[in-house]
Amino acid sequence: MAAVVSIENLSKTYDGGVKALDSVDLEIEQGEIFALLGPNGAGKTTLISAVCGIVVPTGGTVTVAGHDIIREYKKTRGAIGLVPQEISTDMFETVMATVRFSRGLFGKPKNDAYLEELLKDLSLWDKKDAQIRELSGGMKRRVMIAKALSHEPDILFLDEPTAGVDVELRRGMWRLVRRLNDKGTTIILTTHYIEEAEEMADRVGVIQGGRIVIVDRTDAIMRQLGKRQLSLTLAEKLDAVPAALCGWDLELADEGHQLVYTFDANDEDTGIPRLLRAMDEAGIGFTDLDTSKSSLEEIFVDLVHRENGTQAQGEGA
Amino acid sequence: MNVHGVWALYKYEMARAARTVWQSLVTPVITTVLYFVVFGSAIGSRMEDIGTVDYGAFIVPGLIMLSLLTQSISNASFGIYFPKFSGTVYEILSAPMSPIETVIGYVGAAATKSIILGLIILATATFFVDLRIEHPFVMVLFLVLTAVTFSLFGFIIGIWADGFEQLSFIPMLIVTPLTFLGGAFYSIRMLPEPWESISLANPVVYLVSGFRWSFYGEGDVPVVWSLGITALFLAVCLGAVIWIFRTGYRLKE
Repeated sequence: MAAVVSIENLSKTYDGGVKALDSVDLEIEQGEIFALLGPNGAGKTTLISAVCGIVVPTGGTVTVAGHDIIREYKKTRGAIGLVPQEISTDMFETVMATVRFSRGLFGKPKNDAYLEELLKDLSLWDKKDAQIRELSGGMKRRVMIAKALSHEPDILFLDEPTAGVDVELRRGMWRLVRRLNDKGTTIILTTHYIEEAEEMADRVGVIQGGRIVIVDRTDAIMRQLGKRQLSLTLAEKLDAVPAALCGWDLELADEGHQLVYTFDANDEDTGIPRLLRAMDEAGIGFTDLDTSKSSLEEIFVDLVHRENGTQAQGEGA
Repeated sequence: MNVHGVWALYKYEMARAARTVWQSLVTPVITTVLYFVVFGSAIGSRMEDIGTVDYGAFIVPGLIMLSLLTQSISNASFGIYFPKFSGTVYEILSAPMSPIETVIGYVGAAATKSIILGLIILATATFFVDLRIEHPFVMVLFLVLTAVTFSLFGFIIGIWADGFEQLSFIPMLIVTPLTFLGGAFYSIRMLPEPWESISLANPVVYLVSGFRWSFYGEGDVPVVWSLGITALFLAVCLGAVIWIFRTGYRLKE
Protein backbone atom coordinates (compact mmCIF):
# COMPACT_ATOMS: atom_id res chain seq x y z
CA MET A 1 0.00 0.00 0.00
CA ALA A 2 1.24 3.49 -0.84
CA ALA A 3 1.73 6.00 1.95
CA VAL A 4 -0.68 8.91 1.53
CA VAL A 5 0.65 10.85 4.52
CA SER A 6 4.32 10.59 5.30
CA ILE A 7 5.68 12.13 8.47
CA GLU A 8 9.42 12.23 9.04
CA ASN A 9 11.22 13.36 12.14
CA LEU A 10 8.43 15.81 13.01
CA SER A 11 9.05 17.88 16.12
CA LYS A 12 7.15 20.66 17.79
CA THR A 13 8.23 22.66 20.79
CA TYR A 14 5.75 25.32 21.89
CA ASP A 15 6.90 28.79 22.89
CA GLY A 16 6.44 27.91 26.55
CA GLY A 17 9.05 25.17 26.13
CA VAL A 18 6.61 22.24 26.06
CA LYS A 19 7.87 19.58 23.69
CA ALA A 20 4.62 18.32 22.19
CA LEU A 21 6.14 16.24 19.40
CA ASP A 22 9.52 14.59 19.57
CA SER A 23 10.89 13.26 16.24
CA VAL A 24 7.72 11.55 15.10
CA ASP A 25 7.95 9.18 12.12
CA LEU A 26 4.67 7.87 10.77
CA GLU A 27 3.21 6.71 7.49
CA ILE A 28 -0.50 6.57 6.80
CA GLU A 29 -1.54 4.20 4.03
CA GLN A 30 -4.01 5.00 1.29
CA GLY A 31 -7.54 3.96 2.17
CA GLU A 32 -6.97 2.82 5.73
CA ILE A 33 -8.51 3.78 9.04
CA PHE A 34 -5.67 4.73 11.32
CA ALA A 35 -6.17 5.38 15.00
CA LEU A 36 -3.79 7.57 16.90
CA LEU A 37 -4.13 6.48 20.45
CA GLY A 38 -2.82 8.21 23.51
CA PRO A 39 -3.73 9.82 26.80
CA ASN A 40 -4.63 13.52 27.07
CA GLY A 41 -1.66 15.73 26.36
CA ALA A 42 0.23 13.02 24.47
CA GLY A 43 0.52 15.16 21.33
CA LYS A 44 -2.33 13.77 19.24
CA THR A 45 -3.93 17.11 18.43
CA THR A 46 -0.55 18.77 17.83
CA LEU A 47 0.35 16.06 15.33
CA ILE A 48 -2.91 16.53 13.42
CA SER A 49 -2.64 20.32 13.62
CA ALA A 50 0.89 20.23 12.20
CA VAL A 51 -0.22 18.15 9.21
CA CYS A 52 -3.23 20.42 8.59
CA GLY A 53 -1.27 23.68 8.81
CA ILE A 54 -2.62 25.02 12.11
CA VAL A 55 0.61 24.52 14.03
CA VAL A 56 4.02 25.38 12.60
CA PRO A 57 6.41 22.43 13.12
CA THR A 58 9.78 23.13 14.73
CA GLY A 59 11.46 20.45 12.67
CA GLY A 60 10.90 17.57 10.27
CA THR A 61 8.91 17.13 7.07
CA VAL A 62 5.42 16.01 6.19
CA THR A 63 4.20 15.08 2.75
CA VAL A 64 0.59 14.50 1.76
CA ALA A 65 0.09 12.57 -1.49
CA GLY A 66 3.72 13.35 -2.29
CA HIS A 67 3.41 17.11 -1.71
CA ASP A 68 5.27 18.97 1.01
CA ILE A 69 2.89 20.60 3.49
CA ILE A 70 4.92 23.82 3.67
CA ARG A 71 6.00 24.38 0.08
CA GLU A 72 2.88 23.00 -1.59
CA TYR A 73 0.38 23.76 1.13
CA LYS A 74 -2.45 24.54 -1.25
CA LYS A 75 -2.32 21.03 -2.71
CA THR A 76 -1.98 19.26 0.62
CA ARG A 77 -4.64 21.27 2.45
CA GLY A 78 -7.08 20.85 -0.41
CA ALA A 79 -6.78 17.08 -0.05
CA ILE A 80 -7.50 17.10 3.68
CA GLY A 81 -10.68 17.53 5.66
CA LEU A 82 -10.34 18.26 9.38
CA VAL A 83 -12.95 17.70 12.07
CA PRO A 84 -11.68 19.44 15.20
CA GLN A 85 -12.23 18.22 18.71
CA GLU A 86 -14.36 21.18 19.73
CA ILE A 87 -17.55 22.10 17.96
CA SER A 88 -16.46 25.48 16.68
CA THR A 89 -18.42 27.17 13.95
CA ASP A 90 -20.53 30.28 13.61
CA MET A 91 -23.63 29.25 15.58
CA PHE A 92 -25.84 31.82 13.85
CA GLU A 93 -25.20 30.49 10.36
CA THR A 94 -27.49 27.95 8.76
CA VAL A 95 -26.27 24.42 8.06
CA MET A 96 -26.36 24.90 4.29
CA ALA A 97 -24.59 28.28 4.48
CA THR A 98 -21.76 26.88 6.56
CA VAL A 99 -21.08 23.88 4.32
CA ARG A 100 -21.20 26.12 1.25
CA PHE A 101 -18.72 28.44 2.97
CA SER A 102 -16.36 25.56 3.79
CA ARG A 103 -16.51 24.22 0.25
CA GLY A 104 -15.69 27.63 -1.19
CA LEU A 105 -12.93 28.25 1.33
CA PHE A 106 -11.23 25.05 0.20
CA GLY A 107 -11.28 26.27 -3.38
CA LYS A 108 -14.11 24.21 -4.82
CA PRO A 109 -16.78 25.68 -7.11
CA LYS A 110 -20.37 25.67 -5.91
CA ASN A 111 -22.01 22.24 -6.13
CA ASP A 112 -25.27 22.13 -4.23
CA ALA A 113 -26.13 18.70 -5.61
CA TYR A 114 -23.07 17.23 -3.90
CA LEU A 115 -23.82 19.11 -0.68
CA GLU A 116 -27.41 17.86 -0.76
CA GLU A 117 -26.16 14.29 -1.04
CA LEU A 118 -23.66 14.92 1.75
CA LEU A 119 -26.23 16.41 4.12
CA LYS A 120 -28.70 13.61 3.35
CA ASP A 121 -25.97 11.08 4.06
CA LEU A 122 -25.38 12.72 7.44
CA SER A 123 -29.13 12.99 8.18
CA LEU A 124 -28.91 16.78 8.18
CA TRP A 125 -30.85 17.59 5.04
CA ASP A 126 -34.12 18.44 6.80
CA LYS A 127 -32.11 20.82 9.01
CA LYS A 128 -30.34 22.58 6.16
CA ASP A 129 -32.04 25.92 6.81
CA ALA A 130 -31.77 25.72 10.61
CA GLN A 131 -29.26 27.80 12.51
CA ILE A 132 -26.54 25.64 13.99
CA ARG A 133 -27.24 26.83 17.55
CA GLU A 134 -30.71 25.23 17.28
CA LEU A 135 -29.30 21.75 16.66
CA SER A 136 -28.62 18.98 19.16
CA GLY A 137 -25.04 18.11 20.16
CA GLY A 138 -24.94 15.06 17.90
CA MET A 139 -26.19 17.07 14.94
CA LYS A 140 -23.63 19.81 15.58
CA ARG A 141 -20.91 17.20 15.43
CA ARG A 142 -22.27 15.92 12.14
CA VAL A 143 -22.28 19.50 10.84
CA MET A 144 -18.56 19.67 11.66
CA ILE A 145 -18.07 16.46 9.66
CA ALA A 146 -20.16 17.85 6.80
CA LYS A 147 -17.96 20.98 6.74
CA ALA A 148 -14.83 18.83 6.63
CA LEU A 149 -16.24 16.72 3.77
CA SER A 150 -17.74 19.61 1.82
CA HIS A 151 -14.73 19.89 -0.50
CA GLU A 152 -14.54 16.15 -1.19
CA PRO A 153 -11.22 15.47 0.53
CA ASP A 154 -9.31 12.20 0.08
CA ILE A 155 -8.11 12.25 3.67
CA LEU A 156 -10.22 12.93 6.72
CA PHE A 157 -8.78 13.77 10.12
CA LEU A 158 -11.11 13.29 13.06
CA ASP A 159 -9.81 14.68 16.34
CA GLU A 160 -11.51 12.79 19.17
CA PRO A 161 -14.73 12.29 17.20
CA THR A 162 -16.56 10.64 20.07
CA ALA A 163 -15.19 12.48 23.11
CA GLY A 164 -18.08 13.15 25.46
CA VAL A 165 -20.58 11.48 23.17
CA ASP A 166 -23.08 8.92 24.45
CA VAL A 167 -22.88 5.26 23.46
CA GLU A 168 -25.53 5.37 20.79
CA LEU A 169 -24.09 8.43 19.09
CA ARG A 170 -20.65 6.85 19.26
CA ARG A 171 -21.89 3.73 17.46
CA GLY A 172 -23.55 5.95 14.86
CA MET A 173 -20.28 7.81 14.40
CA TRP A 174 -18.41 4.57 13.91
CA ARG A 175 -20.86 3.41 11.24
CA LEU A 176 -20.48 6.76 9.51
CA VAL A 177 -16.69 6.58 9.56
CA ARG A 178 -16.79 3.09 8.09
CA ARG A 179 -19.14 4.19 5.35
CA LEU A 180 -16.81 7.06 4.45
CA ASN A 181 -13.88 4.67 4.46
CA ASP A 182 -15.76 2.28 2.18
CA LYS A 183 -16.07 5.11 -0.31
CA GLY A 184 -12.27 5.36 -0.37
CA THR A 185 -11.57 8.15 2.12
CA THR A 186 -8.44 7.59 4.19
CA ILE A 187 -9.32 8.21 7.82
CA ILE A 188 -7.06 9.23 10.66
CA LEU A 189 -8.73 9.53 14.01
CA THR A 190 -7.38 10.31 17.41
CA THR A 191 -8.88 8.82 20.48
CA HIS A 192 -8.15 7.99 24.04
CA TYR A 193 -10.79 5.27 24.02
CA ILE A 194 -9.00 1.99 23.41
CA GLU A 195 -12.31 0.40 22.51
CA GLU A 196 -12.68 2.84 19.67
CA ALA A 197 -9.27 2.08 18.18
CA GLU A 198 -9.84 -1.63 18.57
CA GLU A 199 -13.27 -1.43 16.99
CA MET A 200 -12.47 0.93 14.13
CA ALA A 201 -8.89 0.93 13.10
CA ASP A 202 -6.96 -1.13 10.59
CA ARG A 203 -3.81 0.07 12.25
CA VAL A 204 -3.07 1.74 15.55
CA GLY A 205 -0.29 4.09 16.53
CA VAL A 206 0.26 4.70 20.20
CA ILE A 207 1.56 8.14 21.09
CA GLN A 208 2.89 9.05 24.51
CA GLY A 209 4.84 12.12 25.53
CA GLY A 210 5.11 13.31 21.93
CA ARG A 211 6.66 10.09 20.70
CA ILE A 212 5.15 7.25 18.73
CA VAL A 213 5.64 4.24 20.97
CA ILE A 214 4.37 1.59 18.60
CA VAL A 215 2.62 1.34 15.22
CA ASP A 216 1.14 -1.85 13.90
CA ARG A 217 -1.97 -3.55 12.63
CA THR A 218 -4.58 -3.55 15.36
CA ASP A 219 -4.80 -7.36 15.46
CA ALA A 220 -1.00 -7.67 15.35
CA ILE A 221 -0.68 -5.41 18.37
CA MET A 222 -3.19 -7.60 20.10
CA ARG A 223 -1.35 -10.75 19.08
CA GLN A 224 2.11 -9.39 19.73
CA LEU A 225 1.41 -8.04 23.13
CA GLY A 226 -1.70 -9.90 24.11
CA LYS A 227 -1.48 -11.99 27.24
CA ARG A 228 -4.20 -14.48 27.85
CA GLN A 229 -5.50 -15.74 31.09
CA LEU A 230 -7.21 -18.96 32.06
CA SER A 231 -9.27 -18.73 35.22
CA LEU A 232 -10.28 -21.95 36.92
CA THR A 233 -12.92 -21.86 39.61
CA LEU A 234 -11.75 -24.44 42.11
CA ALA A 235 -13.90 -27.07 43.70
CA GLU A 236 -12.07 -26.56 46.97
CA LYS A 237 -10.32 -23.49 48.33
CA LEU A 238 -6.50 -23.48 48.19
CA ASP A 239 -4.20 -21.61 50.56
CA ALA A 240 -1.19 -21.63 48.28
CA VAL A 241 -0.25 -22.75 44.80
CA PRO A 242 0.66 -26.44 45.22
CA ALA A 243 4.33 -27.35 44.63
CA ALA A 244 3.28 -29.83 41.94
CA LEU A 245 2.15 -26.91 39.80
CA CYS A 246 5.18 -24.67 40.20
CA GLY A 247 6.12 -25.09 36.51
CA TRP A 248 3.32 -22.76 35.44
CA ASP A 249 2.77 -19.00 35.95
CA LEU A 250 -0.06 -19.36 38.42
CA GLU A 251 -1.71 -17.10 40.90
CA LEU A 252 -4.53 -17.57 43.34
CA ALA A 253 -7.45 -15.20 43.19
CA ASP A 254 -10.79 -14.72 44.93
CA GLU A 255 -9.34 -15.73 48.31
CA GLY A 256 -8.09 -19.04 46.99
CA HIS A 257 -11.25 -20.00 45.14
CA GLN A 258 -9.75 -19.26 41.77
CA LEU A 259 -6.56 -20.33 40.08
CA VAL A 260 -5.38 -17.96 37.36
CA TYR A 261 -2.94 -19.07 34.71
CA THR A 262 -1.33 -16.35 32.57
CA PHE A 263 0.16 -17.43 29.24
CA ASP A 264 1.37 -15.92 26.00
CA ALA A 265 -1.20 -16.21 23.26
CA ASN A 266 1.56 -16.53 20.66
CA ASP A 267 3.13 -19.61 22.12
CA GLU A 268 2.58 -22.79 20.14
CA ASP A 269 2.48 -24.70 23.37
CA THR A 270 0.26 -22.89 25.81
CA GLY A 271 0.79 -25.56 28.42
CA ILE A 272 -2.89 -25.82 29.17
CA PRO A 273 -3.38 -29.56 28.56
CA ARG A 274 -0.37 -30.38 30.72
CA LEU A 275 -1.59 -28.05 33.45
CA LEU A 276 -5.01 -29.68 33.49
CA ARG A 277 -3.43 -33.16 33.60
CA ALA A 278 -1.11 -32.12 36.41
CA MET A 279 -4.04 -30.71 38.37
CA ASP A 280 -5.93 -33.93 37.85
CA GLU A 281 -2.95 -35.93 39.11
CA ALA A 282 -2.64 -33.63 42.15
CA GLY A 283 -6.32 -34.11 42.86
CA ILE A 284 -7.30 -30.45 42.39
CA GLY A 285 -10.73 -30.25 40.90
CA PHE A 286 -12.46 -27.30 39.22
CA THR A 287 -16.05 -26.48 38.52
CA ASP A 288 -15.73 -23.81 35.84
CA LEU A 289 -13.18 -22.30 33.51
CA ASP A 290 -12.94 -19.04 31.64
CA THR A 291 -10.31 -17.59 29.29
CA SER A 292 -9.83 -13.93 28.54
CA LYS A 293 -7.40 -11.91 26.45
CA SER A 294 -5.96 -8.64 27.62
CA SER A 295 -7.72 -5.67 26.11
CA LEU A 296 -5.92 -2.95 24.24
CA GLU A 297 -6.47 -0.93 27.40
CA GLU A 298 -4.21 -3.25 29.37
CA ILE A 299 -1.70 -3.40 26.52
CA PHE A 300 -1.65 0.34 26.43
CA VAL A 301 -1.11 0.71 30.14
CA ASP A 302 1.60 -1.91 29.86
CA LEU A 303 3.29 -0.05 26.99
CA VAL A 304 3.20 3.26 28.76
CA HIS A 305 4.66 1.72 31.89
CA ARG A 306 7.36 0.03 29.88
CA GLU A 307 8.18 3.34 28.24
CA ASN A 308 8.31 5.11 31.59
CA GLY A 309 10.43 2.27 32.96
CA THR A 310 13.10 2.60 30.26
CA GLN A 311 13.09 6.35 30.72
CA ALA A 312 13.55 5.99 34.45
CA GLN A 313 16.41 3.57 33.86
CA GLY A 314 17.97 5.96 31.38
CA GLU A 315 17.76 8.78 33.87
CA GLY A 316 19.20 6.58 36.60
CA ALA A 317 22.23 5.56 34.53
CA MET B 1 -5.32 31.99 -6.76
CA ASN B 2 -8.08 30.47 -4.65
CA VAL B 3 -10.84 32.68 -6.03
CA HIS B 4 -13.60 30.54 -4.53
CA GLY B 5 -11.94 30.84 -1.13
CA VAL B 6 -11.63 34.63 -1.27
CA TRP B 7 -15.22 34.91 -2.45
CA ALA B 8 -16.44 32.59 0.33
CA LEU B 9 -14.71 34.68 3.00
CA TYR B 10 -15.93 37.94 1.46
CA LYS B 11 -19.52 36.71 1.22
CA TYR B 12 -19.41 35.34 4.75
CA GLU B 13 -18.23 38.67 6.16
CA MET B 14 -20.84 40.58 4.19
CA ALA B 15 -23.55 38.18 5.37
CA ARG B 16 -22.40 38.72 8.95
CA ALA B 17 -22.94 42.46 8.48
CA ALA B 18 -26.36 41.83 6.97
CA ARG B 19 -27.32 39.85 10.08
CA THR B 20 -26.22 42.76 12.27
CA VAL B 21 -27.48 45.51 10.00
CA TRP B 22 -28.53 47.67 12.96
CA GLN B 23 -25.10 47.61 14.48
CA SER B 24 -23.31 47.91 11.15
CA LEU B 25 -25.25 50.61 9.36
CA VAL B 26 -28.14 52.08 11.23
CA THR B 27 -26.25 53.01 14.39
CA PRO B 28 -23.52 55.03 12.61
CA VAL B 29 -26.14 56.78 10.46
CA ILE B 30 -28.14 57.80 13.54
CA THR B 31 -24.97 59.02 15.24
CA THR B 32 -24.11 61.09 12.18
CA VAL B 33 -27.58 62.59 12.03
CA LEU B 34 -27.14 63.62 15.68
CA TYR B 35 -23.87 65.35 14.81
CA PHE B 36 -25.63 67.26 12.02
CA VAL B 37 -28.45 68.27 14.31
CA VAL B 38 -26.11 69.44 17.09
CA PHE B 39 -23.08 70.81 15.25
CA GLY B 40 -24.65 71.60 11.91
CA SER B 41 -28.00 73.12 12.86
CA ALA B 42 -27.98 74.04 16.56
CA ILE B 43 -24.41 75.34 16.91
CA GLY B 44 -23.48 75.66 13.25
CA SER B 45 -26.09 78.35 12.61
CA ARG B 46 -24.19 80.61 15.00
CA MET B 47 -20.80 79.81 13.42
CA GLU B 48 -19.14 81.82 10.70
CA ASP B 49 -18.35 80.23 7.36
CA ILE B 50 -14.94 78.59 7.16
CA GLY B 51 -13.22 79.77 4.02
CA THR B 52 -16.00 79.84 1.48
CA VAL B 53 -17.88 76.98 3.07
CA ASP B 54 -20.89 77.02 5.36
CA TYR B 55 -20.04 75.37 8.70
CA GLY B 56 -22.69 72.62 8.33
CA ALA B 57 -21.25 71.63 4.98
CA PHE B 58 -17.69 72.03 6.25
CA ILE B 59 -18.04 69.21 8.78
CA VAL B 60 -19.46 66.66 6.28
CA PRO B 61 -16.10 65.31 5.05
CA GLY B 62 -14.81 65.12 8.62
CA LEU B 63 -17.90 63.25 9.79
CA ILE B 64 -17.62 60.76 6.96
CA MET B 65 -13.93 60.27 7.79
CA LEU B 66 -14.73 59.76 11.47
CA SER B 67 -17.19 56.97 10.64
CA LEU B 68 -14.97 55.55 7.94
CA LEU B 69 -11.99 55.24 10.29
CA THR B 70 -13.83 53.81 13.28
CA GLN B 71 -16.06 51.46 11.26
CA SER B 72 -13.20 50.16 9.09
CA ILE B 73 -11.20 49.37 12.18
CA SER B 74 -14.05 47.80 14.12
CA ASN B 75 -15.36 45.77 11.16
CA ALA B 76 -12.01 44.32 10.24
CA SER B 77 -10.71 43.82 13.76
CA PHE B 78 -13.86 42.04 14.88
CA GLY B 79 -13.93 40.00 11.65
CA ILE B 80 -10.61 38.32 12.40
CA TYR B 81 -10.69 38.53 16.19
CA PHE B 82 -13.94 36.64 16.61
CA PRO B 83 -12.80 33.46 14.77
CA LYS B 84 -9.68 33.50 16.94
CA PHE B 85 -11.82 33.91 20.04
CA SER B 86 -14.37 31.22 19.13
CA GLY B 87 -11.87 28.77 17.64
CA THR B 88 -13.35 28.78 14.14
CA VAL B 89 -10.06 30.19 12.83
CA TYR B 90 -8.89 26.56 12.59
CA GLU B 91 -10.80 26.26 9.35
CA ILE B 92 -9.21 29.31 7.77
CA LEU B 93 -5.73 28.23 8.85
CA SER B 94 -6.23 24.73 7.49
CA ALA B 95 -7.71 25.95 4.20
CA PRO B 96 -5.68 26.24 1.01
CA MET B 97 -5.68 30.03 1.34
CA SER B 98 -2.56 32.13 0.92
CA PRO B 99 -2.09 35.00 3.39
CA ILE B 100 -2.82 37.56 0.72
CA GLU B 101 -6.06 35.75 -0.22
CA THR B 102 -7.20 35.74 3.39
CA VAL B 103 -6.45 39.45 3.70
CA ILE B 104 -8.30 40.25 0.48
CA GLY B 105 -11.36 38.39 1.78
CA TYR B 106 -11.46 40.02 5.21
CA VAL B 107 -10.16 43.49 4.38
CA GLY B 108 -12.12 43.63 1.12
CA ALA B 109 -15.36 42.95 2.99
CA ALA B 110 -14.57 45.37 5.82
CA ALA B 111 -13.62 48.12 3.36
CA THR B 112 -16.73 47.50 1.25
CA LYS B 113 -18.92 47.86 4.32
CA SER B 114 -17.34 51.14 5.39
CA ILE B 115 -17.46 52.56 1.85
CA ILE B 116 -21.18 51.75 1.71
CA LEU B 117 -21.54 53.40 5.11
CA GLY B 118 -19.61 56.50 3.94
CA LEU B 119 -21.87 56.83 0.92
CA ILE B 120 -24.98 56.45 3.09
CA ILE B 121 -23.74 59.23 5.41
CA LEU B 122 -23.01 61.37 2.38
CA ALA B 123 -26.55 60.80 1.13
CA THR B 124 -27.92 61.57 4.61
CA ALA B 125 -25.93 64.81 4.68
CA THR B 126 -27.64 66.09 1.56
CA PHE B 127 -30.85 66.29 3.56
CA PHE B 128 -29.24 68.75 5.97
CA VAL B 129 -26.81 70.89 3.98
CA ASP B 130 -26.00 71.98 0.44
CA LEU B 131 -23.11 69.85 -0.70
CA ARG B 132 -20.83 70.29 -3.63
CA ILE B 133 -18.17 67.85 -4.68
CA GLU B 134 -15.57 69.51 -6.86
CA HIS B 135 -13.32 66.51 -7.39
CA PRO B 136 -15.51 63.40 -7.35
CA PHE B 137 -12.78 61.03 -8.55
CA VAL B 138 -10.37 62.19 -5.83
CA MET B 139 -13.23 61.90 -3.35
CA VAL B 140 -13.83 58.26 -4.31
CA LEU B 141 -10.08 57.62 -4.32
CA PHE B 142 -9.75 58.92 -0.75
CA LEU B 143 -12.82 57.00 0.32
CA VAL B 144 -11.44 53.72 -1.03
CA LEU B 145 -7.84 54.29 0.08
CA THR B 146 -8.86 55.24 3.59
CA ALA B 147 -11.32 52.37 3.92
CA VAL B 148 -8.74 49.83 2.74
CA THR B 149 -5.93 51.27 4.85
CA PHE B 150 -7.90 51.39 8.06
CA SER B 151 -9.48 48.01 7.44
CA LEU B 152 -5.93 46.65 7.16
CA PHE B 153 -5.09 48.49 10.36
CA GLY B 154 -8.16 46.97 12.01
CA PHE B 155 -7.16 43.51 10.77
CA ILE B 156 -3.79 43.96 12.49
CA ILE B 157 -5.47 45.06 15.72
CA GLY B 158 -7.79 42.04 15.54
CA ILE B 159 -4.83 39.70 15.24
CA TRP B 160 -2.89 41.46 17.99
CA ALA B 161 -5.82 41.66 20.43
CA ASP B 162 -5.93 39.16 23.25
CA GLY B 163 -9.30 40.21 24.56
CA PHE B 164 -12.28 42.40 23.85
CA GLU B 165 -10.74 45.18 25.88
CA GLN B 166 -7.74 45.45 23.60
CA LEU B 167 -10.08 45.25 20.64
CA SER B 168 -11.74 48.51 21.59
CA PHE B 169 -8.63 50.08 23.12
CA ILE B 170 -7.02 51.48 19.98
CA PRO B 171 -10.22 52.68 18.28
CA MET B 172 -11.52 54.34 21.44
CA LEU B 173 -8.35 55.73 22.94
CA ILE B 174 -6.29 56.59 19.89
CA VAL B 175 -8.33 56.82 16.71
CA THR B 176 -11.35 58.71 18.05
CA PRO B 177 -9.23 61.41 19.81
CA LEU B 178 -6.97 61.75 16.79
CA THR B 179 -9.99 62.21 14.56
CA PHE B 180 -11.62 64.80 16.81
CA LEU B 181 -8.29 66.64 17.08
CA GLY B 182 -7.58 66.10 13.39
CA GLY B 183 -9.78 68.87 12.14
CA ALA B 184 -12.98 66.91 11.60
CA PHE B 185 -15.02 69.79 13.07
CA TYR B 186 -12.67 72.72 12.54
CA SER B 187 -9.82 73.90 10.38
CA ILE B 188 -6.45 73.51 12.11
CA ARG B 189 -5.65 76.98 10.76
CA MET B 190 -8.06 78.24 13.41
CA LEU B 191 -5.74 76.96 16.13
CA PRO B 192 -3.16 79.23 17.82
CA GLU B 193 0.51 78.25 17.58
CA PRO B 194 2.03 75.91 18.67
CA TRP B 195 -1.16 73.81 18.36
CA GLU B 196 -1.43 74.28 14.63
CA SER B 197 2.09 72.90 14.10
CA ILE B 198 1.62 70.10 16.62
CA SER B 199 -1.56 69.09 14.80
CA LEU B 200 0.51 68.45 11.68
CA ALA B 201 1.94 65.40 13.50
CA ASN B 202 -1.55 63.91 13.58
CA PRO B 203 -1.96 61.65 10.53
CA VAL B 204 -5.73 62.05 10.55
CA VAL B 205 -5.29 65.78 9.72
CA TYR B 206 -4.00 64.74 6.30
CA LEU B 207 -6.87 62.34 5.68
CA VAL B 208 -9.59 64.82 6.65
CA SER B 209 -7.89 67.68 4.83
CA GLY B 210 -7.45 65.70 1.62
CA PHE B 211 -11.01 64.45 1.73
CA ARG B 212 -12.31 67.97 2.35
CA TRP B 213 -10.23 69.24 -0.57
CA SER B 214 -12.02 66.78 -2.87
CA PHE B 215 -15.32 68.39 -1.79
CA TYR B 216 -14.56 72.10 -1.67
CA GLY B 217 -11.13 72.51 -3.26
CA GLU B 218 -9.77 73.78 0.07
CA GLY B 219 -7.74 71.91 2.65
CA ASP B 220 -5.48 72.56 5.61
CA VAL B 221 -2.53 70.91 3.86
CA PRO B 222 -1.75 70.39 0.16
CA VAL B 223 -3.73 67.45 -1.24
CA VAL B 224 -0.55 65.75 -2.46
CA TRP B 225 0.65 65.47 1.14
CA SER B 226 -2.68 63.93 2.08
CA LEU B 227 -2.36 61.31 -0.64
CA GLY B 228 1.26 60.67 0.30
CA ILE B 229 0.53 60.14 4.01
CA THR B 230 -2.41 57.85 3.23
CA ALA B 231 -0.29 55.80 0.82
CA LEU B 232 2.51 55.63 3.39
CA PHE B 233 0.16 54.36 6.09
CA LEU B 234 -1.25 51.82 3.65
CA ALA B 235 2.28 50.59 2.92
CA VAL B 236 3.10 50.31 6.63
CA CYS B 237 -0.07 48.30 7.31
CA LEU B 238 0.57 46.02 4.32
CA GLY B 239 4.09 45.41 5.57
CA ALA B 240 2.81 44.54 9.02
CA VAL B 241 0.23 42.12 7.63
CA ILE B 242 2.83 40.37 5.48
CA TRP B 243 5.10 40.04 8.52
CA ILE B 244 2.20 38.61 10.57
CA PHE B 245 1.51 35.87 8.07
CA ARG B 246 5.18 35.06 7.51
CA THR B 247 5.72 34.49 11.21
CA GLY B 248 2.24 33.24 12.10
CA TYR B 249 2.25 35.87 14.86
CA ARG B 250 -0.73 35.37 17.20
CA LEU B 251 -2.36 33.16 14.59
CA LYS B 252 -0.44 29.91 14.74
CA GLU B 253 1.65 28.32 17.42
